[in-house]
Amino acid sequence: MHDTRTISRTDERPPDAAGSDDAVAETDQVLSPTRLAWKSFRRSKLGLVGSLMVLLLIVIAIGGEQFSPYDAYSMDSSVSLEPPSLAHPAGTDRFGRDQLTRLMEGTRISMLVSFVAVVLSLVIGIPLGLIAGYYGGLAGTVIMRGVDVVFAFPTILLALMLVATLGASLPNLILAIAVIFQANVVRIVRASVMSVKEREFVEAARAVGARDSVIMAQFILPNVLSPVIVQATFHLSLAIFIEAALSFLGLGTQPPTPSWGLMLNESRTFMEFAPWLTIFPGLAIIFAVLGFNLMGDALRDAFDPRLSQR
Amino acid sequence: MTPLLEVRNLHKYYPVGRNSRLKAVDDVSLSIQPGEVLGLVGESGCGKTTLGRVILSLQPATSGEVVFDGIDVLSLQGKDLRRLRRRMQIVFQDPYSSFNPRMTIGAALSFPMKVQGMHRGNEEERAVELLNRVGLDGSVLNRYPHEFSGGQLQRIGIARALTLDSDFIVADEPVSALDVSIQSQVLNLFKDLQEELNLTYLFISHDLGVVEFISDRVAVLYMGRLAEIAPTEDLFGDPRHPYTQSLLAAVLHPDPTLEKSKPSMAIEGEISTPIDPPPGCRFYGRCPKRMDICRVQDPPMVSIGPRHSAACWLHA
Repeated sequence: MHDTRTISRTDERPPDAAGSDDAVAETDQVLSPTRLAWKSFRRSKLGLVGSLMVLLLIVIAIGGEQFSPYDAYSMDSSVSLEPPSLAHPAGTDRFGRDQLTRLMEGTRISMLVSFVAVVLSLVIGIPLGLIAGYYGGLAGTVIMRGVDVVFAFPTILLALMLVATLGASLPNLILAIAVIFQANVVRIVRASVMSVKEREFVEAARAVGARDSVIMAQFILPNVLSPVIVQATFHLSLAIFIEAALSFLGLGTQPPTPSWGLMLNESRTFMEFAPWLTIFPGLAIIFAVLGFNLMGDALRDAFDPRLSQR
Repeated sequence: MTPLLEVRNLHKYYPVGRNSRLKAVDDVSLSIQPGEVLGLVGESGCGKTTLGRVILSLQPATSGEVVFDGIDVLSLQGKDLRRLRRRMQIVFQDPYSSFNPRMTIGAALSFPMKVQGMHRGNEEERAVELLNRVGLDGSVLNRYPHEFSGGQLQRIGIARALTLDSDFIVADEPVSALDVSIQSQVLNLFKDLQEELNLTYLFISHDLGVVEFISDRVAVLYMGRLAEIAPTEDLFGDPRHPYTQSLLAAVLHPDPTLEKSKPSMAIEGEISTPIDPPPGCRFYGRCPKRMDICRVQDPPMVSIGPRHSAACWLHA
């Protein structure tokens, strides 16, 4: 991050669109729109904090219980319901399992659910949104009515319904979250496509005889991705939240697999005399949701041309 | 001489609401000779741009014919249309919006050649050659559109229109978005290229000065209809249609004393709408010389001189 200042020139075009004809950018640095957004993103302190939080979660998710001397599943009744101590920084649960280890293992579940669900929602939503936005017509109408159906229900309730219908399991939970999110992705992609396809560079591509598929892939898709990326970041945090909520209700992760929501649920009975069992999973959820949201906010600002042009 | 482009009774209507139609282009016929520059003038929303887009088959016509070098353009599809696109290209008004912000200049210039399979393997060389031709050098290949000024980017837009060795170019208000000081440079570039490469232009503009400078002949469009068409000197020296006369009278003279002494011919009256227009002349509501017949019947296009025609009952 040492070079932020040295390449500070040329991050904006001449003030007037048709300004002086000889003001070519003289730096060697090629500043693609993505790079400009990245530069602006790095300037955001909160975004940096959020990214570090997310990075930490990813590292923990990859390492899981390997970072801990304990095993997330082995029980030891001699240390049941121990309060936080040096040996067990987050205390132990009813079966004497180290809670910090279980939280780490739970990170893996939460991140797995949210990343897989979000990627799946993009894989479904982006093509549908492109078709609905580019062609419109009957296909567009059918796709958008499907989206309306998803939007007709409150998010958590719909997730609950889908999982209850499909059966409570982790893959079904991921599928349910992806189905809900893709509706949002379709809407965002469609709206962006509809505005981008009216731009003259699309007409220029048609005027040289490019096929629709080429126009969509090379001219439209790259210009609709930024709002999608921003939305996907917010979806990551929402997915963690939904996973926790459904697991809390017993419809997500099944015991003994540790999941933040499930741990909250299991701790309810001991809330009065073992509050650490409730507090730490709650903090973990807050930490993850906050991290992704901070990152998302900074990304949104970075991709917003009005805000980043300074 | 056979014309390079012939437009016959072209109509382009847009449906508005349930039963209405916006007549963007209404029964336009014109022709352009090879190597000729036809200026197309008219006020905003008169259908200039639509006419250009329909000629290039970027938008479907409602009815009528476009014949380019003996080929019926509007009936072409798929491969044949793609092949014809090599010969006709377009330069847009807003250079920033006419380039994909996420594509480098090099990629943007190579793209047409790749689509058409031309200059295979030499796309970059060809791009540099064209950039030199429009007054830029190869160092811009790796840059993005937002790094250029409007004038530079418009030059690149012209280079792009030349990548396929086209002989016909629709220039759609190519200098209106530029500073006045840059306008003349870009206009001169258009003129030089036209002379060097023997190009044919349909040059669309609302700026009479620009059109007078570049055109061999000028067509005046009013609410989707051709009002008058004539060689440039005739149109500016002896305008026959009341609309053309009012347009020319509205041009400000650089000398303020002369400007004040000029007889005023301000266009007054109600502007009729292109959505389901009433019968009769479109200019009826604003015409200083209107007659009774103008309200009931459309004026036919009548020949006034050898290459001069106007659609006005005064001359019928």
